[in-house]
Parts: sequence; C-alpha cells; structure tokens
Amino acid sequence: MTPFVRHTGRVAALRRLNVDTDQIIPKQFLKRVERTGFGPCLFHDWRYRGDGSPDPAFELNRREAAGASILLAGANFGCGSSREHAVWALHEYGFRAILSESFADIFYGNCCQNGLVPARLDAVAMRELFARHERADGRYDLIVDLEAMTVADAAGFTARLTLEPYRREMLLLGLDEIGRTLLAEDRIAAYEKAREP
Amino acid sequence: MTPPRTLFDKVWEAHVVRRLPEGPELLYVDLHLVHEVTSPQAFAGLRLAGRGIRRPELTVATVDHNVSTGDRSLAVEDPISARQLEVLAENAHAFGIELFDLHSPQQGIVHVIGPELGLTQPGMVVVCGDSHTSTHGACGALAFGIGTSEVEHVLATQCLVASRPKTMEVRFDGRLPPGVTAKDMILALIGEIGTAGATGYVIEYTGEAIRRLSMEGRMTICNMSIEAGARAGMIAPDELTFDYLAGRPRAPKGEAWQRAVESWRALGSDSGSHYGTRVALDVSTLAPQVTWGTNPGMVSDITGSVPDPAGFPTEAERRAARRALEYMALEPGTPLAGLPIDRVFLGSCTNARLEDLRSAAKVVRGRTVASRVRAMVVPGSQQVKALAEAEGLDRIFRDAGFEWRNSGCSMCLGMNADVLRPGERCAATSNRNFEGRQGRGGRTHLMSPAMAAAAAVAGRLVDVREWR
Repeated sequence: MTPFVRHTGRVAALRRLNVDTDQIIPKQFLKRVERTGFGPCLFHDWRYRGDGSPDPAFELNRREAAGASILLAGANFGCGSSREHAVWALHEYGFRAILSESFADIFYGNCCQNGLVPARLDAVAMRELFARHERADGRYDLIVDLEAMTVADAAGFTARLTLEPYRREMLLLGLDEIGRTLLAEDRIAAYEKAREP
Repeated sequence: MTPPRTLFDKVWEAHVVRRLPEGPELLYVDLHLVHEVTSPQAFAGLRLAGRGIRRPELTVATVDHNVSTGDRSLAVEDPISARQLEVLAENAHAFGIELFDLHSPQQGIVHVIGPELGLTQPGMVVVCGDSHTSTHGACGALAFGIGTSEVEHVLATQCLVASRPKTMEVRFDGRLPPGVTAKDMILALIGEIGTAGATGYVIEYTGEAIRRLSMEGRMTICNMSIEAGARAGMIAPDELTFDYLAGRPRAPKGEAWQRAVESWRALGSDSGSHYGTRVALDVSTLAPQVTWGTNPGMVSDITGSVPDPAGFPTEAERRAARRALEYMALEPGTPLAGLPIDRVFLGSCTNARLEDLRSAAKVVRGRTVASRVRAMVVPGSQQVKALAEAEGLDRIFRDAGFEWRNSGCSMCLGMNADVLRPGERCAATSNRNFEGRQGRGGRTHLMSPAMAAAAAVAGRLVDVREWR
C-alpha cells in the first residue's frame, strides 16, 4: 500500500445522504476476480444513461470535476453491502480521500485497507466545504494532511479531521496489516493452545 | 466481584488474542464463511504474498451470490459467473477448504446454511465477506461482515484487527398482533432510528417479543441489523436456541453437547449490564411495515401513505426523500395499500427459511397469483427447498402460479438472471430497497413474506391482517 501523508487535489461534491455501495459499484460488475477494472464502472447507474452515454446531470460528470481526487460526501457514505469493490472503484477512478460527516463501518475499514483516506469532519466543516465548493463553481481544491490531521484550502480555511490512531498509522506508513499481525504469530498460537479442550 | 457483562462483552473478551498499542484488538475467529464474489481477490493476495491458510478447517465455502436459480443439471450460462464459481472451486481445492457447490444438497445462501448445518454456535465469532453475516447473531454468536482485504487477513491469521464497538440494547416489549412478524419489528426499528442509527454499535435484542420469536424470526431481526448501521446484532441463546441446534450435523454431540450447552447458558447478559445506549419499542400495536423509498429506513405502516418530502426536518433529508419518490414514481399522500405491483420476490437471507415459506404458503393456498404479476419463490437453501417440498409447499406455490426455484441470493441483489426490468415494481421479502438493487430502474418495496404473498395474489399492496 502506498503511504498517504499529504495530498492536494481537485474536489468533487456528492451532496447526497446515505450513498450505498450498490450505487458506488452496481452488482453487475462484481463478477471480476481481480482487484482492478472497476474504475470505469464507478457510480455506473448514476454516471451513464441507459444508452451508455455520460449523464451530464451527474455530479462527477461536471467539467470542473474532471481529475477530482477528493470527494465531499453526505453522511453515512458507503452504507449497505460490504463489497470492497466499491473502494477499488473509487481508488481506481482517482480518489485519494473522501470527506464526510460519517461513514458506514465496513466501508470505512475497506477504505483504510486500500490507502483511500476516509476522513471524518464535523457537520459545520462539511457544510462550509460544500458551500465553498459551490461558490467556486466546482473549481475548488483542497489539501488533506494526515500528519497535521487537517483539511485546508488555499483561501485560509482549515478544519480538523478525525481518524482512529491505528488507521492513521497504517495509512501514513502504508502498512501491510497481515504482515503486521503475523509478527505476533506466537500470540495467536498461544491463544489457540490455551483454548484446546 | 466482576462487574456485570453483556452477551457481547463475554463473547468479545473471550476472543481477544492481544491488544494493539494503538487501541484495537486482535480478535480470534471461530468460523469463517466464504462465497464466490468477495473471496477471489483474497486468495489471489495470499498467493501473491506466498501465504497459506492458518486454519482451513475453520473456513467453509459455498456459492450463492451469482448462481442461477434455474435447472442445476445445465451448465452455468453466464461465462463470467461460471469463471467466478470455478475460481472458488479451485481455491477451495488448493487450500483445503470445504465447499458446498452447486451440486451439493447443502448448498444455499451462506447465512441460511451456517445455522442450518449447526456451523454457527453460541459464543462464536463468525465472519464472512458479506454484510448480512449479522444473521448468525440470532444464535448468540458475534457475527459481522468484512471486506475482502479482511477476508485475506482472516485466511492468513485466523484473526481480525477490530476496534471494540459500543453496545446498544434494543428491547422489543409486548406481544406481536396476528399478521405482524419479525420483519415488521426490524423494519419499524430501522424506521425509528434510521439507517445510520446504530453505526459503531453492536445491537443486543432483548425483551418479551424477542423471546417469543422462533429462531427463524430472530435470524430475520439480526439479519437486518446492518440496515440500521450496526455491524452485528445478537440475541442471548436460550432453550429455543439449544433445541434448534441439537442434532444438527456440525453441532457438538454427546458429552461435548452437554458441556457446550452448559457454557452457552452462561452467555446471556448479566443483570445490571451496561449498554452504550438503549432503545425500546412496544410491538403490541405494531402494524405490517412496507418501505416506500430507496433505503430500509424509508418505511411506513401499510395503513399509511407516501410521505410529503416537505415534512422532513432537514434540507438533506428533504432532498433525499424527493429523490426517492422520483425514483419510486410515487406521489406524496398516495395510500400504500392499493399500490399495483408487477413482481413478487420471496427469498433472501432475510426471509427464505422454512417458516417464511410456510407463512407465505398459508396466505397463498387455494388462490392464484394476479395475472399482472410474475412471482417467484427462491428457498434460502437446498435443504429448505427439500423440507418445503416434503410438506407440499412447492405445490401450493406452483398451483397458485409462483415459480419454484433453486436456492441462491437471486433477486435480492440481482447478480444472476433474476432481475427487475426498468420501472417494474416489486414486493420483496429481501433487505435492501436501494436504487437499482434488484435491477436498474426497478422499484422495490420491502415487507414480510405473508405481506408479499398477499400482494402477489391481489396484484397490489394489501394489509395481510384484512386477508380472508
């Protein structure tokens, strides 16, 4: 996993509550046996019309959102199905961080496993970010800084972000969680031994 | 004296291998269930890193998500689905994992076969790469869904890194009126607390109404915990749980059974236990529930009407409700009873166990499906199917005009050929009414099996309590 320390990027805004993982990556794309190939299918049924052409009304299809790597999202983002394919799709599309008031639990963990930062901000900060994005007519960039634990824009706005210390460390260092757990293999073996009847 | 502990506390604490310096804990997993859709990348990851499976005998695989519910003697039609099934078979063989494949009489939806085979037992930690793993909590297990990276982690280490969640007690008081079921209880709860109401929590369901439910009903409740945001839902095991598990193929036998039951009896929450938060609902006046929107929290009594988005408290909610009504093609103020439907889906890990099929068959017996409706029954497992056939339920459904299918997740998520066409309105016993979930442009109304069966016959949503 690539470490995430600081990232500056274009912001896209998806001002919708309870965006579920079925919307992020619809089921017809879950048959792949690889971790790749999901980016073009991200938000498929919202992004493309029935005839396969991009829907100009969809937030990510705005011209200003091209190349966006930071997503402003409504509360409870990523609810529903556990499909990690949703995170693979967001990441492959180019997103490095998602900012929201709240995330669903399984999705949140999946993000951290893939170097996609799920940063929680309070409701006031999120409202301000959506407003700034709108005022800038979508030409809005942010800096997400995991060392300083802040989100900032070039006009002087700064907000604190929240992330569990363990997750933050994994993201900052790009750690392989399995490798880390296996360092304590003796503890697992001891636990197993103690439980034997 | 030790302080009183909840069911959750007891199960969690018994599985902590170590506490990590940053706070989370390394939790030991007793049972890992695997299916074809969320596992191939995990096995590929193991191969890439040259890692093996720590305890293959604690992992069980089946095929359910993408499988056809049609004739099993034919080859799988969709080559991409076939490939996913083949990959699971190859992985199970290479890594020494037991697999219930399409030709196995034990095949079924992973959350139906776990309890059915007695694999799921009280006090266990159960995980699976599927959010409805919460179902298994009905047996007194701590069971939750995980992502594919975590699947790989569990395969390699038999453990999971997890932060201790908070606990929520949801107490259902009173006795259910006739025609009202476990499905209505859980939908009412989600309507009350919202789809993120229990995020960060594990729910323990308590109260008279829970104690009086069958094991199947308890599974329905725990199954939909995730729709309230809770990763897991649990119910303390009791005599009903032990009776349910006794004699199941993978349940302990003989003396081991006696010892197990004795330890299971101690799992219930101690009196005076502390919960992070508490919610109480009285079920004695509960009506059958039907969803009107695009998440399970958008739900109403069947006697109610489509709400007016203007009545919601925040702008974000008003926007969400407007969008939902637009997608569902519903006008505010329209009574839910009477809404014409095109399809009926009786199935899923929420409501496709034997009791669910019995309750639907009771409504359908001697009647016929409305001419405008295409209705299907997809049993939760091949064993459920066989048991239902042994008592003639298949004949009741077939005679009424239902399709009687083989087991799988089917139209709950529409990964196989069972999908809604754009604009079709469906009465479904499944768990998610998300946009496009059952097929792009399809409109899903969630409800109990009896309500869905009545809707099939009437060709519109009806109040099953008024059914003659």
